Amino acid sequence: MAATLPPPRLLPSGDSAVTVEFSRTIDDDANQRVLALDKALAAAPIDGITETVPTYRSLLVHYDPGKIGFDALGAKILPIASQPLPPATKARRWRIPVAYGGEHGIDLEDVAKALNTTPDDIVARHVAGDYKVAMIGFTPGWSYLSGLDKSLQMSRRQNPRLLTPAGTISIGGIQAGIQCLAAPSGWHLLGRTPVRTYQLHRNPTFLTEPGDRVTFFAIDHKTFEEQDRAAEAGEIIAEQVVA
Amino acid sequence: MSRLVVASIGPASSVQDGGRHGAQRYGLTVSGAMDRLSLAAANTLVGNEPLAAAVEIGPFGATFTARDGAVRVAIAGAPRNADIAGRPVALDTSVTLKDGETLTLGFARGGAFSYLAIEGAIKGELVFGSLAVNARAGLGSPYPRPLQAGDELTVDAASGAAELRIELPKPASGPIRVLLGPQDDEFDDANKALFLDSEWKISATSDRMGYRLEGPAIKHLHGHNIVSDGTVNGSIQVPGNGTPIALMMDRGTSGGYPKIATVITADVGRLAQTSAGTAFRFKAVTMAEAQDEARKFQELIRTLPDRLRSSDTVELNIEALSDANVAGYAVSAMDAGTWQVAAEP
Repeated sequence: MAATLPPPRLLPSGDSAVTVEFSRTIDDDANQRVLALDKALAAAPIDGITETVPTYRSLLVHYDPGKIGFDALGAKILPIASQPLPPATKARRWRIPVAYGGEHGIDLEDVAKALNTTPDDIVARHVAGDYKVAMIGFTPGWSYLSGLDKSLQMSRRQNPRLLTPAGTISIGGIQAGIQCLAAPSGWHLLGRTPVRTYQLHRNPTFLTEPGDRVTFFAIDHKTFEEQDRAAEAGEIIAEQVVA
Repeated sequence: MSRLVVASIGPASSVQDGGRHGAQRYGLTVSGAMDRLSLAAANTLVGNEPLAAAVEIGPFGATFTARDGAVRVAIAGAPRNADIAGRPVALDTSVTLKDGETLTLGFARGGAFSYLAIEGAIKGELVFGSLAVNARAGLGSPYPRPLQAGDELTVDAASGAAELRIELPKPASGPIRVLLGPQDDEFDDANKALFLDSEWKISATSDRMGYRLEGPAIKHLHGHNIVSDGTVNGSIQVPGNGTPIALMMDRGTSGGYPKIATVITADVGRLAQTSAGTAFRFKAVTMAEAQDEARKFQELIRTLPDRLRSSDTVELNIEALSDANVAGYAVSAMDAGTWQVAAEP
């Protein structure tokens, strides 16, 4: 019989949500458990749960207190959250094109300088990474990736920018990201992708899911322009890797 | 079909409903009315579903003109003067605007948001079940942005139903109630006490995304960075400078600052209606009390139709209306502020 895992902490987030916290740090095992609990709750819904939001280290469970109370919900969640992890299933894999540097990646040279190397080397290390979509949040489609090369980890900008472009590919702290919409950001901008991780009238509306794997490859700025037009017209652009 | 034409409107006014649910896991903001009870009251008066789409009107005034037929409307929420061609219109009542007539709403006198519901509700394209405007994501219908002069709302022609008023319970007074957490253990007892015992004011640089709270700086126990996790309506996060920010309807779905407390569901609308500069306090309650209040709040919204009365008995005394609400003008409180700190991922 497989051993059960230590139970997560149940932290009240007001009267209509509970944060099921597996770890306080970014930790791939904790993220696996978050995604496993999320999947289990989707497969066997508990009456009263209205929505779940997976993050790096916790699952936020929104519920209707008119249907279930905090204690009763917690009592149902804990045994599921303490189950051994199910065997890993094959994750979806996406290859995402990026136009690095120049107007599309205005921080690339500064990042290279700060890390005592060349922009080409930064790009090489960024495309060599095998990333996981650990969570999606902040704005529609913003995919937070784990798996950034340790040598690329650097603290966020002292002064966050009030607006960074749609499609920005950036790094911040130990995280990498794919940003879909224009938004404020304190991360370092390495490039831009024509891929829309969110596009309202496209099917699917959202491209990436927590748990998906991502790799990047470089494209030139002319290809970016062409692919950006195609993406605007509804093409997915990102290549799904079929194993 | 009739049209309701926006003749003039201040900033921070938009179409809102019960919000956009089911895609927070993809980063899609909920949005929706800042004060759900007032939205529900206005909708109930004109026979709509409680959380149907209505016009959320910020602290400034607005004028609307009916075209292509009569339109039946109701206004609830922040106290303000209203008239149709000089005839005063009471809040919390339905009223019919004849073809070509103009409804004028004045500045909010205390409070922040009013709701103009229209019989048959506003027509538009639903996205995740909602017309709610979320300007940052370019979502909302019929316009994915705050309303402007010249905009037109397609609505049903007035049915000719009898005019009604609604008797709402006296709004709760006293502190805004919170549940501590989810990260109250990132603050020591002295700083939790400082949060609960101090007087707070809503900063003028607040908006539908978040309300900045002016008061003492709250200090963290282990620094201000946590690994981003999920947020809810009413999350009170404390960024590095110690100024708490209450996350409101246009909040990001995740955030990276410790959240000391969460406003209870029943009081989120009360906080939303607190005008800039008005002093208030927080009070911690138990989970049992918060959930009991949440259920009562649901029940109140569900039973609003039982509170409808004939409007014949309304005696409108505009001076009394004015005197009752002299808490101060909520001017400029809801302009878009600078959200550098709150909005960083």
